[in-house]
Amino acid sequence: MSEPLLNVTGLTMRFGGLVAVDGVNLSADTGRITALIGPNGAGKTTIFNCLTGFYKPTSGELSLAHPTRGKVSLQTLPGYQVARHGVVRTFQNIRLFPRMTVLENLLVAQHVGLMRKSVLGVAGLLGLKGWRTAQRDAIERARFWINRLDLGAVANEEAGNLSYGVQRRVEIARAMNTDPLLLCLDEPAAGLNPRETAALGELLQGIRAEFGIGILLIEHDMKLVMGISDHIHVVEYGRKIAEGTPEQIRTDERVIKAYLGEPDEEELPPAVAADIADVAGEGDRV
Amino acid sequence: MATPIETKLKDSAAAAGLALVLSIPFIGLHTISTDQGLVVESRWSWVAWAVGLVFIGRLLLGFARDALAARAASRPKKQAKPVAAGEPTLAARLTRAFMAVALLFAVTLPFMPYSDRYIIDLGTTVLIYILLALGLNVTVGLAGLLDLGFVAFYAIGAYSFALLSKFFGLDFWVCLPLSGLIAALFGALLSLPILRLRGDYLAIVTLGFGEITRIVILNWQSLTGGPNGVSGIPRPGLFGLSFDRRPPEGMGSFHELTGIDFSGEHRLMFLYLIVLALVCLVAWVINRLRALPVGRAWEALREDEIACRSLGINPTASKVSAYAIGGMMGGFAGCFFAARQGFVSPESFGFIESALILAIVVLGGMGSQVGVVIAALFIVMLPELGREFADYRMIVFGLAMITIMVWRPGGLLSTRVPTVKLDQKGA
Repeated sequence: MSEPLLNVTGLTMRFGGLVAVDGVNLSADTGRITALIGPNGAGKTTIFNCLTGFYKPTSGELSLAHPTRGKVSLQTLPGYQVARHGVVRTFQNIRLFPRMTVLENLLVAQHVGLMRKSVLGVAGLLGLKGWRTAQRDAIERARFWINRLDLGAVANEEAGNLSYGVQRRVEIARAMNTDPLLLCLDEPAAGLNPRETAALGELLQGIRAEFGIGILLIEHDMKLVMGISDHIHVVEYGRKIAEGTPEQIRTDERVIKAYLGEPDEEELPPAVAADIADVAGEGDRV
Repeated sequence: MATPIETKLKDSAAAAGLALVLSIPFIGLHTISTDQGLVVESRWSWVAWAVGLVFIGRLLLGFARDALAARAASRPKKQAKPVAAGEPTLAARLTRAFMAVALLFAVTLPFMPYSDRYIIDLGTTVLIYILLALGLNVTVGLAGLLDLGFVAFYAIGAYSFALLSKFFGLDFWVCLPLSGLIAALFGALLSLPILRLRGDYLAIVTLGFGEITRIVILNWQSLTGGPNGVSGIPRPGLFGLSFDRRPPEGMGSFHELTGIDFSGEHRLMFLYLIVLALVCLVAWVINRLRALPVGRAWEALREDEIACRSLGINPTASKVSAYAIGGMMGGFAGCFFAARQGFVSPESFGFIESALILAIVVLGGMGSQVGVVIAALFIVMLPELGREFADYRMIVFGLAMITIMVWRPGGLLSTRVPTVKLDQKGA
């Protein structure tokens, strides 16, 4: 078996005396949707922050099998470099550039490539041909994602003026414009209505099928998670308590216990479990 | 929405109370010098007048507001017309027309029959401030990094030219790019210690940088001449032609070569045109940078630094480049300032200058270049126009500033012009 795209072993994150993440192993692969679930405060977002370079993990190995650069240890890179290696995230509380238009948001995402083409701005300042071509290509790529996520009507609007559901789509489009290997989505369905959530599920499956990238997903909406995930990891109190296919997770004793506290005679449907977990509080913000 | 009369009365009473507190020291007490020395006299009737006026004025303001609101409510709401993408909006077209007229006016100004020494000189001052504000606009307006010590770059640019010409005999045209580069270098240096700071802390450190620069210049007597400054800075020439009546050794002179009668005004006109060209160049470069990855990264940094990092943008590089480019523009302005004055001293580079430049940027609407131009005109011209008010002109100035900030809290031009638009072909 070949090495998975991302292989996390023994990830531990300590904040002073608090152990937020304790020796978690997980993996995510290209062409697969991997979900990370768990009650609020379980450490999911902390794991994400370690993966995407926002925290330096206390210990552990985050190994990325990069197709051209070989094996890369993400935890050794400076934070912003992680995205340049193809691990790109979205945020639980959306982080767009609110006073820039949707198109500009997507162009900022192509910064790294464009910066090289503009030769630190010099070629761009002089308006050289190579730069103009690069810029046109960048706009075309942005246009592709704008059309793909049905954002054509708002492409020239300031992102901050858009509705919540549309902003979520813009954030995904922006992440896709960086040409990622692994797309990490932190609760992409939070705040969406059921119809929008269903559309999101289709979109993610479409991206997986069409571009063959890996998707790592934190999500509380169990219907979505169970519907689209290939593999699920469950964490509680910073420890991984289970992993497997949606069917395995659905019936896993420890998972049910984690979500409901006490094992129950009757097995509650996972959607109810998620609701209970939601009510428990909003502990794990970025 | 109409407020009940009691609310209005209470509000007016509060305003009157405030007026009472303020007017006792300012109006109520009055010093007169008599034979016996300085005597304090009270003018309580004046205080009563002031308080009464404020009370009535505030009350009338309340009614006027209600009347305006009622009129606005009765008028049918205008539907915003959908604007076809790719077509400039009316505001954008008006702005462009304004800029064209302003540029034409600026270029022809020195050749107009009504232009005298005073007008050209004032125009030059306005343009220097526009240049400074355009530079600060990069750091504050685009990259969102507060800088209360921008005057440091102005000073560094001015002293670079002054000292390079004093010790190495370099002329203006060589020193102009050098001053810019030196100021940019200091900008990059300044940006390093403040990478992790934001908000109040950033403000304090940049303020400190401005003061340190001034104090170093003031005390490094052997290099900068301390409080005496540096004098005898050469005037810029035009391709080796001097604008002096008797050109220095080895230089031709403008009036001899062209056969135009000598006039001291030619030099002023020439200086004016140099700074105008500089402003145009700098405005063009910054406008261009905005639509380049460098400039977009600045704006993205202003909007959300964390999101920037998540997209692979190096925030350090963005900050360093924003301070360096902004500083460079300040350096150009400083170099020109030294050439115009022929003399530099630390006095010209106090904190008040930083505050003034920042006021121009904020008043113009952060990030807007046209706004900066209008605001610079306003801030430099207003105290000049107000000279008749003598002692009260700074009060008038402050009042005007407050009025504008109440009327347009985001600055004169607070709408942001997108750097690129998507046309809807095939969408």
